[in-house]
Amino acid sequence: MYKIVKKRQLNENVVLMEIEAPFVAKKALAGQFIILRVDEYGERIPLTVADYDHEKGTVTIIFQIVGATTKLLSTLNEGDCLKDFAGPLGKATELDGVKKACVIGGGVGCAIAYPSAKALFNNGAQVDVIAGFRNKDIVILEEEFRAVSHNLYITTDDGSYGEKGFVTDKLKALIEAGNQYDLVLAIGPVPMMKFVSKTTEPYGIKTLVSLNPIMIDGSGMCGGCRVNVGGEIKFACVDGPDFDGHQVNFDELMRRNSAYKEQEAHSRENCRLYRKEAE
Amino acid sequence: MPNMSLKKVPMPEQAADVRNKNFEEVAKGYTAEMAVEEATRCLNCKNKPCVGGCPVNVHIPDFIAKVATGEFEEAYRIITSTNGLPAVCGRVCPQESQCEGKCVRGIKGEPVGIGRLERFCADYHMANSSEKAEKPQSNGKKVAVVGAGPSGLTCAGDLAKKGYEVTVFEAFHTAGGVLVYGIPQFRLPKEIVAKEVKNLEDLGVEIKTNMIIGKTLSVDELFEMGYKAVFIGSGAGLPSFMGIEGEDLIGVYSANEYLTRTNLMKAYRDEYDTPIIKSKTVAVVGGGNVAMDAARCAKRLGAETVYIVYRRGLEEMPARKEEIHHAMEEGVIFRNLNNPVKIIGDENGRVKAMECVEMELGEPDDSGRRRPVVKENSNFTLDVDTVIMAIGTSPNPLIRSTTKGLETNRRGCLVVNEETMQTTREGVYAGGDAVTGAATVILAMGAGKQAAKAIDEYLGDK
Ligand SMILES: Cc1cc2nc3c(=O)[nH]c(=O)nc-3n(C[C@H](O)[C@H](O)[C@H](O)COP(=O)(O)OP(=O)(O)OC[C@H]3O[C@@H](n4cnc5c(N)ncnc54)[C@H](O)[C@@H]3O)c2cc1C
Ligand SMILES: Cc1cc2nc3c(=O)[nH]c(=O)nc-3n(C[C@H](O)[C@H](O)[C@H](O)COP(=O)(O)OP(=O)(O)OC[C@H]3O[C@@H](n4cnc5c(N)ncnc54)[C@H](O)[C@@H]3O)c2cc1C
Ligand code: SF4
Ligand code: FES
Repeated sequence: MYKIVKKRQLNENVVLMEIEAPFVAKKALAGQFIILRVDEYGERIPLTVADYDHEKGTVTIIFQIVGATTKLLSTLNEGDCLKDFAGPLGKATELDGVKKACVIGGGVGCAIAYPSAKALFNNGAQVDVIAGFRNKDIVILEEEFRAVSHNLYITTDDGSYGEKGFVTDKLKALIEAGNQYDLVLAIGPVPMMKFVSKTTEPYGIKTLVSLNPIMIDGSGMCGGCRVNVGGEIKFACVDGPDFDGHQVNFDELMRRNSAYKEQEAHSRENCRLYRKEAE
Repeated sequence: MPNMSLKKVPMPEQAADVRNKNFEEVAKGYTAEMAVEEATRCLNCKNKPCVGGCPVNVHIPDFIAKVATGEFEEAYRIITSTNGLPAVCGRVCPQESQCEGKCVRGIKGEPVGIGRLERFCADYHMANSSEKAEKPQSNGKKVAVVGAGPSGLTCAGDLAKKGYEVTVFEAFHTAGGVLVYGIPQFRLPKEIVAKEVKNLEDLGVEIKTNMIIGKTLSVDELFEMGYKAVFIGSGAGLPSFMGIEGEDLIGVYSANEYLTRTNLMKAYRDEYDTPIIKSKTVAVVGGGNVAMDAARCAKRLGAETVYIVYRRGLEEMPARKEEIHHAMEEGVIFRNLNNPVKIIGDENGRVKAMECVEMELGEPDDSGRRRPVVKENSNFTLDVDTVIMAIGTSPNPLIRSTTKGLETNRRGCLVVNEETMQTTREGVYAGGDAVTGAATVILAMGAGKQAAKAIDEYLGDK
């Protein structure tokens, strides 16, 4: 069992948890993820390692409540335990040799991007961060990002905080202003990653995106996480989750992620929790 | 006088049109009377051909003689002196090509129902004995086993009995390997696997789940932690796809994913959250046990029509005869000598049909089976909403790519010394599907046994 030692609500829909998992904490690197199961009846869901503490043996996860499992997870409190917590999985983000990077997070994707920004910053790279949100109320990790970046730009779709506009607008402006990035790392909703990749392509800037297909085992045995990169089939859990944004077939990924849409909606309605609430 | 009936005592089974809607066990098992009656068909042959057909040399006529006289516990003891998982083997071994394939009674009529009797003894013991395995005196030496499938569990059990401190590291959240994620409940109830695992724990084996060796810990780190030898029984879990157009559509599964969702994650039970596509018409591509299991699960999950699409003939199918027979009874439609060439999707990217070609059998190939060749202009489409690829698996590269000094062959299988099961690295042993590629439960167990013996010899003077 894996104990929750800290829980913090970052915004209405995003929760941070620090979990006791010494083996995972010892090995985790930026860009890797874990797979957890809340209880015996639960699904296995992947979440990125948002931070880790080798000494304390803890791993931080930050998740958005989007469906049955994340809802169930969000009801647990400090002192409660998770049934399963396996990792670290996937390849670490390749950050070696990067001198100047632009790290872009969209919404809860900021949580996934944060450890890479931190690793780059600690490696001595020049780090610009663009964090995009729909509006002011859901801004997360501002302080954390400020501490690991040279420039932090926050954008909101409605202009209620930071600059009004999309992350791609800001990125384009920064590139046009003469910033020479040798890496752009974009993590967030699939359309956002698609458009960031489109933005950087004409400039030939290396762009990494972190893909989030549906996973089960996370170790290469089911093939459910397969994605099309450069016309080849890759298993995101072992070959990724980071891939070259200029090679990824984003449309296919969006389609595959909707595989269980009806059942997810159904399980939100009939979820054990919602059922309990109704009783 | 032996019972000269040419037929085995029939196995009580759930009726086909009942069982294809539930996940309960198909074959219900012999009663004591049936077991005694079947046991009296054995001739107690002097040269014991059946034993030669058994990869772990169960003393077959000896145990059957005990069944015949009603000494079931004694029969169980004889079986378990060479086979640690009889309740599993009695259910899933391909007896027709092993012990029963060699049985003298099979020359004229049906062979003795050795598998059924083995299962009976194991079930009898489980139901009637409260005896708990005792942890033997420790010899203080630690051994790590990677993978809790039949090979790893057998190796762990044998070493624990010799006093080793054994830890099994399993990637999944439950121990059992293919026995829990692949083979369905209706063929092998998971409660049985759980009991076998519990027995090992009583023997002092520690099972650590959620430990992916190569990720959570490396083989080198296991040695640093004080393990003196490592056994790798990580199986052959990497699924193959055909590489045809349309495999990325929604509704195309590897058999591994489909079976894992169903068996390990229990998508068929309401109280579990696991989603699975509700299919109407399913095509399963392949002709092995895996294909049969996927097809029979699909039927039970409510599909109206389930096809097996296999490029060779019925005779050439590698699945166990019994599984093919059961699948047919349950209404699975066999499309032999058919091969898919393309999967076709609708505007939402969901499967709507599969284009196939007809095949005919030509000259024998390397495997000795006649090679299927495409018939010109024989293309046709099957309307399906789900396609399950059950065309084979190979060993996962995770361990070999993170461990120095482990040689593999062309197919990614670990190279071992066939006597000792030692890999190309000292202190590291391997067995089961990780070495042979997808094979059988009993061969995996045999390999685990052999390795346990070799590890004991290796560590004996350390
Ligand atoms: C490598 C990786 C890292 C991730 N990291 C984070 C993270 O740090 N924070 C975060 O909030 N989210 C992260 N996600 C997404 C997260 O896994 C899903 O939001 C979660 O599984 C939703 O489960 P649910 O039952 O609550 O919602 P559901 O209602 O079941 O699904 C909502 C959406 O989540 C996706 N999803 C459902 N089940 C799975 C699954 N088993 N595997 C992957 N996606 C699934 C579906 O595409 C669906 O659109 C990550 C995904 C991947 C693949
Ligand atoms: C659907 C299906 C039906 C079958 N039907 C039959 C049948 O009827 N009769 C028969 O004899 N055989 C059958 N087989 C074949 C048989 O199940 C296998 O040959 C046998 O299970 C192999 O045993 P194993 O111990 O080598 O590996 P597995 O049973 O595959 O176990 C390997 C274990 O190692 C774990 N693992 C893998 N990588 C790692 C890692 N890096 N770290 C930690 N753990 C790891 C896996 O999660 C798994 O639990 C079937 C196979 C399948 C898939
Ligand atoms: S070959 Fe058949 S009849 Fe002879 S001992 Fe073995 S099981 Fe009995
Ligand atoms: S999650 Fe199963 S292969 Fe990637």
